[in-house]
Amino acid sequence: MFLETKGLTKRFGGNTAVNNVDFTVEQGKINAIIGPNGAGKSTFFNLISGFHPPTSGQVIFKGQDVTKMPANKIAELGVARTFQTTNLFEQSTVLDNVIVGHRLRTKSTLFDAIFRTGRLKTEEAICREKAMEVIEFTGLMHVMGKQVGSLSQEEKKRTAFALALATDPEIVFLDEPAAGINPDETEGLAELIKQIAKKGITVCLIEHKMKMIMKLADKIMVLNYGEKIAEGTPEQIQNNPTVIKAYLGGSAIA
Amino acid sequence: MAKILKQRNIISLLILIAIVFPFLTKNEYFIHVMTLSFIWMIGVYGLNLLAGYTGYLSLAHAGFFAIGAYSLGILTVKAEMNFWLAFLLSLLITGILGFLIGLIALRTKEHFFAIYTLCVGYIIYLVIDKWDSLTEGVRGLIGIPAPGKAGPINFEEPLSQYYLVLFFLLVTVLIVYRIIHSLSGRTYIAIRNSEDLALTIGISTMKNKLSVFVLSTIFAGLSGALYASFIRFIGPDIGQISVTFDLLTYLLVGGIGTLSGPIVGTVLIVWLSQELQFLQDYRMLIFGPVLTLLVIFYPRGIVGALTGWKHKRDEKRKPQAARASSMAFGKSQVTVDKPVKEG
Repeated sequence: MFLETKGLTKRFGGNTAVNNVDFTVEQGKINAIIGPNGAGKSTFFNLISGFHPPTSGQVIFKGQDVTKMPANKIAELGVARTFQTTNLFEQSTVLDNVIVGHRLRTKSTLFDAIFRTGRLKTEEAICREKAMEVIEFTGLMHVMGKQVGSLSQEEKKRTAFALALATDPEIVFLDEPAAGINPDETEGLAELIKQIAKKGITVCLIEHKMKMIMKLADKIMVLNYGEKIAEGTPEQIQNNPTVIKAYLGGSAIA
Repeated sequence: MAKILKQRNIISLLILIAIVFPFLTKNEYFIHVMTLSFIWMIGVYGLNLLAGYTGYLSLAHAGFFAIGAYSLGILTVKAEMNFWLAFLLSLLITGILGFLIGLIALRTKEHFFAIYTLCVGYIIYLVIDKWDSLTEGVRGLIGIPAPGKAGPINFEEPLSQYYLVLFFLLVTVLIVYRIIHSLSGRTYIAIRNSEDLALTIGISTMKNKLSVFVLSTIFAGLSGALYASFIRFIGPDIGQISVTFDLLTYLLVGGIGTLSGPIVGTVLIVWLSQELQFLQDYRMLIFGPVLTLLVIFYPRGIVGALTGWKHKRDEKRKPQAARASSMAFGKSQVTVDKPVKEG
């Protein structure tokens, strides 16, 4: 199994945000997690990426138990993520934002920095090259030198993608990538997500835009009040009576 | 390319001015004030690395300054050690204490970190003040030797001391410059901007913060050791919180998180204080409001304001070029100039 959770549970005081969730992510596919607001989707992401320690349960990535690992170690293993609010470095340029994304694959230290060693120079070139590669991939060449603070919402989302991709991940978790973006741009982002999957990087995303999800996802899990209520292909989910009742309020999918 | 050359020229010019300064003025007092400014600048650079680039506002730096000064004082006066050996050891001692304090202090963040280090600074002051048998308490340490001979050069004269301090300042600036323009520097800036995001891109924040913290305290210690050998008398007062706030004022006025901010801020405030000496403590009536206004309107100080203004002007002048601007990293094929955004 590529990435799976076993009985993953998180309680904040008396509130159970994620309750006993078993979930498997299929390699190379686009996996989606949907659910009403407050269903525990983002918490679920935070548990997998090591941001919060789970109350109980396990996260297993490529056969290795990563439940208690700190977030930076999990990232080193090849798990990347983006945040719901674009959590970027607003005052620096797109390129500068993305270069540091490859830092985890480099080894140079303060000593290298002070003495400008050959290792530092090589690694800086590698980071820059990687940054250029992902900037081109995410279609940001034209804004590369702009400060992130001056970009459009969509460009910021793409920058966040680029940063995540610069870490050389095997799987990326995207937290509401299309939130606050108009329909045309959403199409563009969906296309980009497909490209990521095509490159062999597994995608797992949280999204509210049903139209996008149903077209994009290979596999969907539905969370409600922290519990998994359904899992399957888009068709199965659309026809699942529990999902329709809990999530869509009985009406057809928009 | 022309712009980079221009920046190089400005730096060379500044260094040249610093070198010929003692020949421009025959007034020994001015040389004394300038030497003291250079000493402060080294400490301010240390603070800048931590507070400006990594986002951790330490209020314990007067404490580390005092540790550096007292280490040198005690080792030379009481242990009668060779000056340069004592000098090296005092940097080492400051670094080790910085490491131990950093291990605990860096578990806190933001204002908690500031409050915690404020307390640490005060404790260091108290230890120096009360530990009579080691530090001579309020009497202070008298008769600290001037820097020992380095080969044929003698550092007893104010002029040679001026150049010695200038040398250490230039080394400090070079080190900070190299760090800021390296992957390590990018890592620290990433931590400053968002520690959560830094973690998700695989940066070990604790390890990085600790190394900056230690380096930053070593610069404060260097500044203190130079101070002790220059003034040749130290009392517990140098560890007081007001010294931290002096350093912080220099940094804020010049520009926190900018490379030239510490120089600009320190020179400006030190000379302004000298010029306004006839006002005595009423000077603060002027400094207080000016500093407040500066922080509100120009949070990145004078240098930050200037670079921001220049950046805007460049964008206006060539909106087309600005788009592809950052391509110009020397090797690229794009011919437009890259606006230099460095402070």
